[in-house]
Amino acid sequence: MLLFAARRLMLAVLVALTVSVICFFLLHLSGDLAQALAGSSSSASDVEAVRKAYGLDRPIIVQYLGWASRVLTGDLGQSYFFKEPVAKLIAERLPVTMVLGVCALVFAVALALPLGVVAALRPNSWIDRTALTISVLGQALPSFWFALMLIIVFGLTLRWLPISGSGTWQHLVLPSIALGYYATPAIMRLTRAGMIEVLASDYIRTARAKGLRAPSVLFKHALRNAVIPVVALAAVQFGFMLGGSIVIETVFALHGIGYLAWESIARADFPIVQAIVLILASVYVVLTFLADILNAFLDPRLRVG
Amino acid sequence: MRFRRLLGMALAGLLAAGPALADKKSDTLRWTSRQTISSADPYFNEFREAILIIGQMVWDTLIYRDPQTQEYKPLLASSYTWKDNVTLDFDLRRDVKFHDGKPFDADDVVYTVNYVANPENKINIQSNVNWMKSAEKLDQFKVRLNLKAPFPAALEYLAGPVAILPNGFFDQAGPSHLNVKLNGTGPYRFTKWEPGKAGEFEVNKDYMANSPKGRPGIGKVQFRIIPDVSVQMAELLSGGVDWIWQVPNDQAQKLATMPNVKVVPSETMRVSFLMFDVKGRAGQHPFTDLRVRKAVSHGIDREGIVKNLIGAGSRVVHSACFPSQFGCTEDVARYAFDPAKAKALLAEAGYPNGFEIEMYGYRERRWIEAIIGNLANIGIKAKLTYLQYPALRDKVHGGEVKFTDMSWGSYSINDVSAFVNAWFTFLPDDLARDPEVKEWLEKASALVDGAERKTLYDKALKRVAEQAYVLPLYTNPVIYAYTNEVDFTAWADENPRFYLAKWK
Repeated sequence: MLLFAARRLMLAVLVALTVSVICFFLLHLSGDLAQALAGSSSSASDVEAVRKAYGLDRPIIVQYLGWASRVLTGDLGQSYFFKEPVAKLIAERLPVTMVLGVCALVFAVALALPLGVVAALRPNSWIDRTALTISVLGQALPSFWFALMLIIVFGLTLRWLPISGSGTWQHLVLPSIALGYYATPAIMRLTRAGMIEVLASDYIRTARAKGLRAPSVLFKHALRNAVIPVVALAAVQFGFMLGGSIVIETVFALHGIGYLAWESIARADFPIVQAIVLILASVYVVLTFLADILNAFLDPRLRVG
Repeated sequence: MRFRRLLGMALAGLLAAGPALADKKSDTLRWTSRQTISSADPYFNEFREAILIIGQMVWDTLIYRDPQTQEYKPLLASSYTWKDNVTLDFDLRRDVKFHDGKPFDADDVVYTVNYVANPENKINIQSNVNWMKSAEKLDQFKVRLNLKAPFPAALEYLAGPVAILPNGFFDQAGPSHLNVKLNGTGPYRFTKWEPGKAGEFEVNKDYMANSPKGRPGIGKVQFRIIPDVSVQMAELLSGGVDWIWQVPNDQAQKLATMPNVKVVPSETMRVSFLMFDVKGRAGQHPFTDLRVRKAVSHGIDREGIVKNLIGAGSRVVHSACFPSQFGCTEDVARYAFDPAKAKALLAEAGYPNGFEIEMYGYRERRWIEAIIGNLANIGIKAKLTYLQYPALRDKVHGGEVKFTDMSWGSYSINDVSAFVNAWFTFLPDDLARDPEVKEWLEKASALVDGAERKTLYDKALKRVAEQAYVLPLYTNPVIYAYTNEVDFTAWADENPRFYLAKWK
């Protein structure tokens, strides 16, 4: 088990490193950062001065190593646009994204679990198909489009909820649904598969034979066991949501790190983009790592190979 | 049972959470914009929203340009006189107070000018201030402004982006310049500012009497950033905001069918044009031949594009400038839409069957595609490479571009120098490189006498048109949409003046 954990940990570190390298080089290939920083009305000498001031005239490998060594000491650099430490900007905005991610996950689980259970009770029936359709739609619909539909229906037509901005819990409802709906198919299908398997097992038959009431069999005995892998999956989905919140935060004008990433990309504010990609990748890698470990703990077969 | 109670509570909460309705009742105008404005001061900024809109709501300038008559009027100054080509003296008003109660005087002007004009302080848009050398205090209400060189557009800049800040404004600002106390003399004062998110303003009750800006007609103004245009429209329709702008043309047509919303396309100073690599820096190609440039000019149906595609708020221009700019003349060689003539010119130049060419563009793809269609009709197959502006500019500067769609907004400066100097004085964007044009324009820039300047600009613009160095196309509109409860006027300088708006 320890060896397995060590191998997984190394893999996780390698993934995070690769992401940071690719992101760094892609950002440098995306255009002339010095020109973008100097602004459209700048002269060639202004651009050169900016290039020197920000160290953009050094070889790209040197720039990467410099950046990486600072990150290891906890220094994420200074934003070109805000002229403030990146860590401070991210710390200010991370809570919005985290709260949104948690609410979206709660919504996803609240929708997917019952759908999965209902589908498993009557596999391949019209109920199963309907439940599957509802959840698969979540993945099939582009999230910005779905978000706009929510805005039109609940914000514009019914006027139940605010359309954009933050401040009250109501502001989080539509973004959480838009973000969480995307994660429902995976959770729903895993619940369904787990429930079908568990419901066919001997101890459930025994429980029924003992004369226990159906809800008690379903929730106390079956769901508890079927839901274990779902917990691991939900953790990974949470990582997805932090990344996916870039679109949702932009649509709903929520000032989290997703929106910060979007505006920083538009402004070539490279230190912020680099830091956010690294943070999101790390969160994702850590969650995947924990899920792997949890799964291996639950299922010894996974520890081999 | 518990679950039902919870559900009931949740629904009641949802119903109670409806958004606020249009705000004439609370005397609050709520506007929104897409740009993330982190700083509210008008100098460490690159956004029109902060430099001009908020800049002129919260601060005042020495001079005011009446948007109706284009006439310059003293604002913080009570009068001004040119001592010579590079010296401008101001008498200041004595009845002006900052929002914190401190009286305004010469020290504020001297501090502002000397701070922003100092390149070491690195304010964002250097071209707005780098023509000023310094300011000196002559007495408590008298100031002298020294220019680096004669600069005819000085009044235009003094009436636009050069807002006067209180003495010592940036002392506590810190390296991010976010730490300033947002204190001005303008018709509105800040009541709240959340960087990158929102701002709130209320009328300055002690605003100076008889200001040419007048007294604001609306008590409170709120600003919020909403990055997505569809969401902005939804907010406008649901009464969440009262005013939006930069609405795309196709969306605007749909919005216009809604009751309670007024959609107003307004012309801006931005002019689109086609630019040719006249000197062949990008290698051998047909555009070094004047006949080919003329053929292209005759081949494009500018009127048709304006009428059918761009819509209201746009017009065809024939000269490389915006018509209202001082020194701009439309009395230049014109190229009427005439495909037969275009084909004849191409044949004469040795291209009876046309040719293939790489074309660049960075704005308004649909308009560019219409141009490509027109070119195809006369036998020119243009292959479009569509880029972000910085990438295209790099290619232009690097001599890689033979032919491109381009546009220029002159930073809303109502003087032709803001246009032609950028494109025809051998700066990196100049692909025509005509030494005579350069000489005329530079001479004109150093003159203060209006008539002499006009003559030189006239000569330069006529040469540009005769030689078809560029083909001016059309002006670009900006589309505003707002609740029809508000009485708002849009101006060509793309500066929405909320202090002139009122409720109907």
